[in-house]
Amino acid sequence: MPKELKTKEIVISLKNIRNQFGDHVLHNELNLDIRKGEVIGIVGGSGTGKSVLMRTIVGLNEKAAGEIVILDKNVDDVSFKELTQLRQRMGVLFQDGALFSSLTVSQNIEAVIKEHTKLPSTLVREIAALKISLAGLPFDAGDKYPSELSGGMRKRAGIARALALDPDILFLDEPTAGLDPIGASQFDQLIASLQESLGLTVVMITHDLDSLHAICNRIGVLLDKKIKVDTINNLTKEPDPWIKEYFGGPRGRAATRSHK
Amino acid sequence: MHRFINNDAVFKSLTSPEIKVSQNKNATLCQLSGSWLTQELVSALKPLEAIQGRRDEIFVFDLSKIETMDTAGALVLLQKQTAIERAGGKTSLEHAPDHVTQIIVTVDKHRIKDCPPAKEIRGLAELLADTGKSFFEITYKFGELISFLGLVLIASFRQILNPRRIRLTSLISQMEQIGIHALPIVGLISFLIGVVLAFQGAGQLERFGAQIFTINLVAVGVLREMGILLTAIIVAGRSGSAFTAQIGTMKVNEEIDAMRTIGLDPIDVLVLPRIFGLVIVLPLLTFYADIMGLIGGAAMTMVTLDLSLFQYIRHLQDAASLGDFFVGMFKAPIFAFIIALIGCHEGLQVSRSAESVGRQTTRSVVEAIFFVIVLDALFSILFSVLDI
Repeated sequence: MPKELKTKEIVISLKNIRNQFGDHVLHNELNLDIRKGEVIGIVGGSGTGKSVLMRTIVGLNEKAAGEIVILDKNVDDVSFKELTQLRQRMGVLFQDGALFSSLTVSQNIEAVIKEHTKLPSTLVREIAALKISLAGLPFDAGDKYPSELSGGMRKRAGIARALALDPDILFLDEPTAGLDPIGASQFDQLIASLQESLGLTVVMITHDLDSLHAICNRIGVLLDKKIKVDTINNLTKEPDPWIKEYFGGPRGRAATRSHK
Repeated sequence: MHRFINNDAVFKSLTSPEIKVSQNKNATLCQLSGSWLTQELVSALKPLEAIQGRRDEIFVFDLSKIETMDTAGALVLLQKQTAIERAGGKTSLEHAPDHVTQIIVTVDKHRIKDCPPAKEIRGLAELLADTGKSFFEITYKFGELISFLGLVLIASFRQILNPRRIRLTSLISQMEQIGIHALPIVGLISFLIGVVLAFQGAGQLERFGAQIFTINLVAVGVLREMGILLTAIIVAGRSGSAFTAQIGTMKVNEEIDAMRTIGLDPIDVLVLPRIFGLVIVLPLLTFYADIMGLIGGAAMTMVTLDLSLFQYIRHLQDAASLGDFFVGMFKAPIFAFIIALIGCHEGLQVSRSAESVGRQTTRSVVEAIFFVIVLDALFSILFSVLDI
């Protein structure tokens, strides 16, 4: 079970967010506060817009209405330069890693660092090697191309690239999907240890009930175009049928038992 | 506990990392301050470079004034520490705030002490190595193409002997894609080529007073070479590339593997309809291109030579023989086969990355056009030897 958070400081705040595609409204008057140093899991049924919510926060999706405040800055009010700096404080791991397929793992990381700093190339390579090791990959993985890696290694490489500029906030889109149970729980440990040692705030979309139990401080459930955030223990007591089914179904119960 | 001390620090211009070096009786004191973050780190490298370890000298790094440090900052500091100790000096890190200690411990656990340099071959050796590699690659590719040709021929005979196996829907749909949709572009280009041939020919032949032979030039040029060659090149660019991209994308999505497990042969389902479709359609397109080219020639000769359409047609009958027409038409199915074969083969060569779809598509177009032109040249020689 993750520790109780001491701080209540807020790094990301969404106010009255509305997302819609054509007439289809995904989110309406959605409010969400993400606290510094927490691991927050986002869950919801298919089509409730988990990925869209994440893309909205990182700026890949234009919201229809509402306000996003990241690190005390309203993203609509900041200059382009500030927005670029803000983006550097956030790292994203996409579902299948989204590594640049024409570059090796190491070059994937180096490219990010080279773009934003003027550090000499030997140092950049050493920093990349450090990130590869932080992500739990063997050293020789750096010279491999993404297509030569297994799914689990690609995700680790994706994390390594997301960490390239030492972001404060890490977004993970289904980090354990498609991994075997051993790989998945190792990945959970990795996220927890990175969170701990680098002081990250982690926002992760996941369907892995074990991850939710093992590393998430709080969980946000997307429901009725809004999000309901609470600790897992409180959520299991919710009367809402979907939440009941989610945490009280056979898988939910099994996960709860094993993390008691 | 957490690294970024103040949210505003992100936006206030961050204090750049600094080092103050002072000499003590028995030690060198290095006072580090500012933000040791990746983006700011470059300004710390020079002063850090200046600190050189000597035997038995003691260096004390005072970290108390560091505002914030990330993994890259910690890495640089630890590397300096290692370098000093290798030179025989002694070091210590002191007064580190908790969040800095945490980062340093994490980085120290994960860093690679000796980063082996990347293996690189340079200069002449590299050139030789590349040449050798390419040579073997080309031979290997060619061998693969030949074996694919065999595979396709066997499957074709199987289908022709048992016509019920032919997938008609797919064949017709391919013929529509390759043929009907290509009519506007093939027509326009052939027409313009007819115009250009007539215009250039008239200009040159005028000097000999042999303007009327412009029609011979147009007729022989279009019927024997230009009609088929340009159509083949357009089709290679339009449909050959489409074959590779379509089959390649299916390969990336594992659709081809799915087909095999269901018991469908991708050669039967994907390759043969495309090859048969193109072999049927390209002669038709060539015929159409010939007509459009002659019409283009007619338009231009009527303007420059002041001929009527009937006169043009009468001269045309003298100028071109049926042989010229058949020489062009004879090449069409052969070129069609080559283009479709290469297009499908390259599509099946796609590996499971999106990038390789693009690479194979380019390769397919280049190879198809190359083979078409080489074959065309060989045919010209052959026909001139055979006196056709």
